[in-house]
Amino acid sequence: MDIDTGMFTVPQTVGSVLCCKCGIPMAPNAANMCVKCLRSEVDITEGLQKHVTIVHCPECDTYLQPPRTWIKAQLESKELLTFCVKRLKNLNKIRLVHAEFIWTEPHSKRIKVKLVVQKEVLNGAILEQSYTVEYVQQEHMCESCARVQANPDQWVAAVQLRQHVSHRRTFFYLEQLILKHGAAASAIKITQMDQGIDFFFSNRSHGVKFVEFVGKVAPVRSRNDKQLVSQDSKSSTYHYKYTFSVEISPICREDLICLPPKVRSSFGNLGPVVICTKVTNSIALLDPLTLRHCFLDADQYWRSSFKSLQTSRELVEYIVLDVEMVSSEVNVGGTRYALADAQVARVSDFGKNDTIFNIKTHIGHLLNPGDYALGYDLYGANSNDEELDKYKGLVIPDVILIKKSYEEKRLKKRAKPRAWKLKSLAMEVDAKGRGALEKEAAEYEQFLKDLEENPAFRFNIDLYRDEGYQPSEKASVVDGEDAPFVPFDELLADMDNLQLREYEDDEDSGSMRE
Amino acid sequence: MATRLQFENSCEIGVFSKLSNAYCLVAIGGSESFYSTFEAELADVIPVVKTSIGGTRIIGRLCAGNKNGLLLPHTTTDQELQHLRNSLPDQVVVQRIEEKLSALGNCIACNDHVALTHPDLVRETEEMVADVLGVEVFRNTIATNALVGSFCALSNRGGLVHPHTSVEDLDELSTLLQVPLVAGTVNRGSEVIGAGMTVNDWTAFCGSDTTATEVSVIESVFKLREAQPSAIVDEMRKSLIDSYV
Repeated sequence: MDIDTGMFTVPQTVGSVLCCKCGIPMAPNAANMCVKCLRSEVDITEGLQKHVTIVHCPECDTYLQPPRTWIKAQLESKELLTFCVKRLKNLNKIRLVHAEFIWTEPHSKRIKVKLVVQKEVLNGAILEQSYTVEYVQQEHMCESCARVQANPDQWVAAVQLRQHVSHRRTFFYLEQLILKHGAAASAIKITQMDQGIDFFFSNRSHGVKFVEFVGKVAPVRSRNDKQLVSQDSKSSTYHYKYTFSVEISPICREDLICLPPKVRSSFGNLGPVVICTKVTNSIALLDPLTLRHCFLDADQYWRSSFKSLQTSRELVEYIVLDVEMVSSEVNVGGTRYALADAQVARVSDFGKNDTIFNIKTHIGHLLNPGDYALGYDLYGANSNDEELDKYKGLVIPDVILIKKSYEEKRLKKRAKPRAWKLKSLAMEVDAKGRGALEKEAAEYEQFLKDLEENPAFRFNIDLYRDEGYQPSEKASVVDGEDAPFVPFDELLADMDNLQLREYEDDEDSGSMRE
Repeated sequence: MATRLQFENSCEIGVFSKLSNAYCLVAIGGSESFYSTFEAELADVIPVVKTSIGGTRIIGRLCAGNKNGLLLPHTTTDQELQHLRNSLPDQVVVQRIEEKLSALGNCIACNDHVALTHPDLVRETEEMVADVLGVEVFRNTIATNALVGSFCALSNRGGLVHPHTSVEDLDELSTLLQVPLVAGTVNRGSEVIGAGMTVNDWTAFCGSDTTATEVSVIESVFKLREAQPSAIVDEMRKSLIDSYV
């Protein structure tokens, strides 16, 4: 640049002067004192706190930020550093350049933070100094831990989930849904009751959140109440216990329903006898004879609140003798159906007498002669239903087939162990009689079979690989159609039960463990 | 010998006094201690004169002089001029000059042989300086600062300049002035040397904030340790007697 302008400038070397205090030669600076003399002269950390007390809750490992917030932080973490720096006063008069932890023994209850600060001194010289702040950690339980300690069973909100049916299928399914979405993560206790489950929460909002979650996955009606536990009239605070009573509709999948006349006419005279095909937060109904379907909202259902005519316990096994397709396959609300004429006989009748029924069925595409199917026996049933009586001159079919049966194939498989398993909620169960336990085991087995048969049913559920499963050597034996099974790639690895490998220095497996 | 003193709690001695080999000017202070310190050092050697310039006390920064003469700004009143002419020895020429840069003490740094001036000084003033003070005049800056009188203190034996002066500048000035120069500070790290101290060939006065290191630097560069006033003044007395007779 000098050469460009044509000016000749002498290169300037900085001379050295003696420090005015100690006399050592140094480069001149704004204060003309060497750094040590300047430091001894001016202490920029004067007036800053060097000892601070912080409050720590040993139960939940949180630190108190007055007046009332508790901040969760690990030792020597970023959150703790931010918290410690925030607790220092007067830090706005000085510029903070760097902060870091100095290691202290955790049991000593002392946290040391080294701070590097900068400030302008004397005539414009900026001095940088580092100093240590010591934090004394005082142990004090936070309010929520204290409350838990005082009475561990103390709940504030309780949600009572009930369904007035004789089986627990819905609750098995709900349990899996709750596990998948983690809706009961904040529950302090879960109890299994007759015809339902009780959930207890420590916070009203947790209970409300749970009720809303259930409302999204099942057609429910709920009411809530509160009871005064204690009050402080001076500060006008009141403590209540809140209870939410949630009732799930008794209509389940595969139920046979006779619609009341009002509901029937609101849906355009859908055949009074319908099958329930799917239950989410609305109920899907299908007329098996016309393949027409409709949906009932939770509100709509509870306004008319009808019960099912027959439930899946009353399914009877039939053998299909002949199938003749009437119409082609149609897609009704996501599932495929085909109307067909079929000749069926009850398995209990087969071979003994000639009772054959000619019926129309909606699952014609699944059936072949010789197949087994499950259906409702209306010919032999003695229904005591009011709604049915309201219809005069109604012709109802003798048999309504619901689904194909895989029992024979399962028997052949001879109780092959499953490659997958399900998790369950930690429920407290009241002592029951042996009969009830057996009944429950059978229902659970039926639920697992349902899962295997229906991919759509599996959609919302997490299935985990069973570590202990060994595929048997005879798996390659194929005799005709195999029983339905869950394809391997739908299964998830179970993270909680991963075993630590033997080599301790393998970091990856260690970090995968939860 | 360097003496430490204060003028009414201020350490800027060079502002309130002017010292040369033939006379010493001091400002009129509230207490007599300032004057008495100078008197104690210099009374039997050179006259110590109390004065003001233009009614102000900052006489050190307003006037410039050596043993040959004294230059005063245009703000000096006639009474002050007359007082000075009466009090100072006869061979000291007292001259009032018209110059826009009226703080002559800030613009001119001089000893008995050579003077450094502010680069923007008018040509006539420069000639006046050469004439009245009997010196060779050089226009220069010290550490890129034009106020040469403020940032250096000069005597016939040595000089102290602004601490940020570079090595090349120091060499150049030293060659011009023909005296050894040192970059240093006074009054505990103050860079304004000329205002902080005043010096002649055998003694120096600096502010009481001056640290021992600074005092030792001053004493070494101005060669004050072995200096005795008698040798220098005897020479002067001889010339005085000469003219008297």
